Amino acid sequence: MANMAQAIRMALHYAETNYDLKDVFGQDVGAPLGGVFTATQGIKTAWNSPLDERGIIGMAMGIAMTGDRCVAEIQFADYIFNTIDLLKIAGNTLWCTNGQYNLPMTVMTPVGAGIRGSVYHSHSFDAWASRLAGWKVVMPSNPLDAYGLLLSCILDPNPTMFLKPKALMRVRGEELIPGEPADEKELKNMIDAPIGDRSAWKANWPKIQEYLVPFGKGKITREGNQITVVSYGRHLLLCNEVADQLAAEGYSVEVIDLRSIYPYDWQMIKSSVQKTGRFLCVNEDTEVTNFGEHLSYRVTQELFYELQARPRVIAGKHVPGIGLHPNLEDASVPQKHEIAEAIKEICGEIP
Amino acid sequence: MKKTSVSSSKKSASANKALLIKKTKTTEKAKAPAKINFGGLSKELLLTMHSHMVKSRVLEERLIKIYRAGESFFWIGGPGEEAWGVPLGMLAKKGQGPEYDYLHLHYRCSPTLIAMGLDMTDSIRLMMNRATDPNTGGRNFSNHFVIPQWNIAPVTSPLEVQYPIACGTAHVQKRTGKKAITIVTGGDAGTAEGDFASSLILASRKGQELPMLITVQNNKWGISTCYDGQHGETFIADRARAFNIKSQVINGNDPVEVYLTLKEDMEYIRKTGKPAFVEAMVSRLYGHSSASGANPIQNEVDPVKEFEMKLLKAGLLKESEAKEIWATFEAEGVRATETARAEGVPTPESIWEHTYVGSENADWRKF
Repeated sequence: MANMAQAIRMALHYAETNYDLKDVFGQDVGAPLGGVFTATQGIKTAWNSPLDERGIIGMAMGIAMTGDRCVAEIQFADYIFNTIDLLKIAGNTLWCTNGQYNLPMTVMTPVGAGIRGSVYHSHSFDAWASRLAGWKVVMPSNPLDAYGLLLSCILDPNPTMFLKPKALMRVRGEELIPGEPADEKELKNMIDAPIGDRSAWKANWPKIQEYLVPFGKGKITREGNQITVVSYGRHLLLCNEVADQLAAEGYSVEVIDLRSIYPYDWQMIKSSVQKTGRFLCVNEDTEVTNFGEHLSYRVTQELFYELQARPRVIAGKHVPGIGLHPNLEDASVPQKHEIAEAIKEICGEIP
Repeated sequence: MKKTSVSSSKKSASANKALLIKKTKTTEKAKAPAKINFGGLSKELLLTMHSHMVKSRVLEERLIKIYRAGESFFWIGGPGEEAWGVPLGMLAKKGQGPEYDYLHLHYRCSPTLIAMGLDMTDSIRLMMNRATDPNTGGRNFSNHFVIPQWNIAPVTSPLEVQYPIACGTAHVQKRTGKKAITIVTGGDAGTAEGDFASSLILASRKGQELPMLITVQNNKWGISTCYDGQHGETFIADRARAFNIKSQVINGNDPVEVYLTLKEDMEYIRKTGKPAFVEAMVSRLYGHSSASGANPIQNEVDPVKEFEMKLLKAGLLKESEAKEIWATFEAEGVRATETARAEGVPTPESIWEHTYVGSENADWRKF
């Protein structure tokens, strides 16, 4: 069973082989490292750029302007902030040109806490990304979805942002990617670069097949009828765990993996909330103008008379950074006990 | 080529002299055509450049009139950059796709596009935010051109972002291997942005050099802030030299010098696949934009009038011919304005169009 880094690698290989993907680039993306999380190891079209985020995004825009597909990586989302106006321009280029120039580019970047990454390796970007009109934004919670979402991003003619939950890069999923060998060791021997000298190494790719996760389609990962919990990325797994734990206490929690942040699966959220009457969104980006607030607003506006309790959002604290000490990190981003408490509180609320 | 040019000059000088005899009382004292160095360029080429320069100036002054008449919200444009922009447009390999030159231009680029064949009406449609504006459909400012058929990348208000974007088109052209190049233009003030440095770095990496003509039009101003107080380098071009990029500073108010320089540099880039850099010293004749009044600035060189004077002195152009050229373009500008004025404007409901390709729904209310 592939981990998420291997799944991303296989998606990039599939795309450069079958979708005419010509450039995968960013700092340390090419040989010998193949990405700080090894997600670009063995990719033929991968190359190293200077340490220059604006140069990386600008170049991706220019490549896309010619019609060529590319995947550009910003090594950590914490370093994407100095490209924000380029991201804005990438998102508005089609609109400003009245439909004449589309940019088929994908930006991928690791996001979120969970690896004790301190101030500059822990930040989230989903709330910021959701405000970039003209972009499609996704965040997987498992390797199979990472594979399917990344392929959808690369195929899409618009700018797409693939947010990689860095704490899940070594986490394995429960479902095989089509064509992936079932034996983890076999896969590792085929596509993981050896330690030490890699100059003569080439990946031996399995015969993987196309698998697409469409934009705007969520997935119900736990069925329930008391409360709807919407999440994505790393926190989706925490929500699943909490749902399982609370099931033993008699709570029936429905968990939705949103997968696609924009566009998003409103119909799935709507039908679930109509069933449960309760809504909670969980993510780790900071809480003020958080994307979950938009969902909560919409639930309130459109489903107000069907609600049994006030919608809530659990998100990262609105503090300038995520401190290194575990006490600081854990106090800054949502923890399982907070999710469990919120679920119990919401379920206990009587209209 | 040089011989042809001299021969043409003589003929034209003779005709010009005849005209002066008819019109003035001092005809007997009229000076013989001056010997002016036009770098061996043919009369035909020189007159074509002059015509494009005049057309561009007339167009820009027409845009300013439209702004003053309250028929547009904002003007920003290129009076003063005709001697730079026209040769650039004449020399570019025009077409669509990586086999042709890409141009990442700024909002003072109408001379370049006039030289490439821009219809005045399309510029005025853009100025007047018409739905018929083929560039942006009425969505963006004047001179923010978009012409994919000629590889004109979308002009953006923040100019410097175009420098790293240009590296991307050049990267694809290098891969395509058809000797096409990417041209990027910008102002002196914007070179303070990191994007400018990004392009120098990306274009000059050893063994991975990009076929780019990187240029700066130095008008000595950033809106209202003077160049002198903001730069420590002697020339901006010196920064390119530090990256081993072929680099020079030229008089951007002299179309002959510009033409010869760009021709040489473009040939160098096409031949070597390596970048070249040009800093062109230019005028800014109506200030930054309508935000600063769009009034004529008196103490700057007017490259159109200066070039026209040289052509007259050299006998390559008659005064009557010059007047006719100006009048013809004035009339064209009036007609173009009337055409654009009568056309429709964007509808409110069109805001959702082209957020995504195929106008796929982008409105969350409809998810």
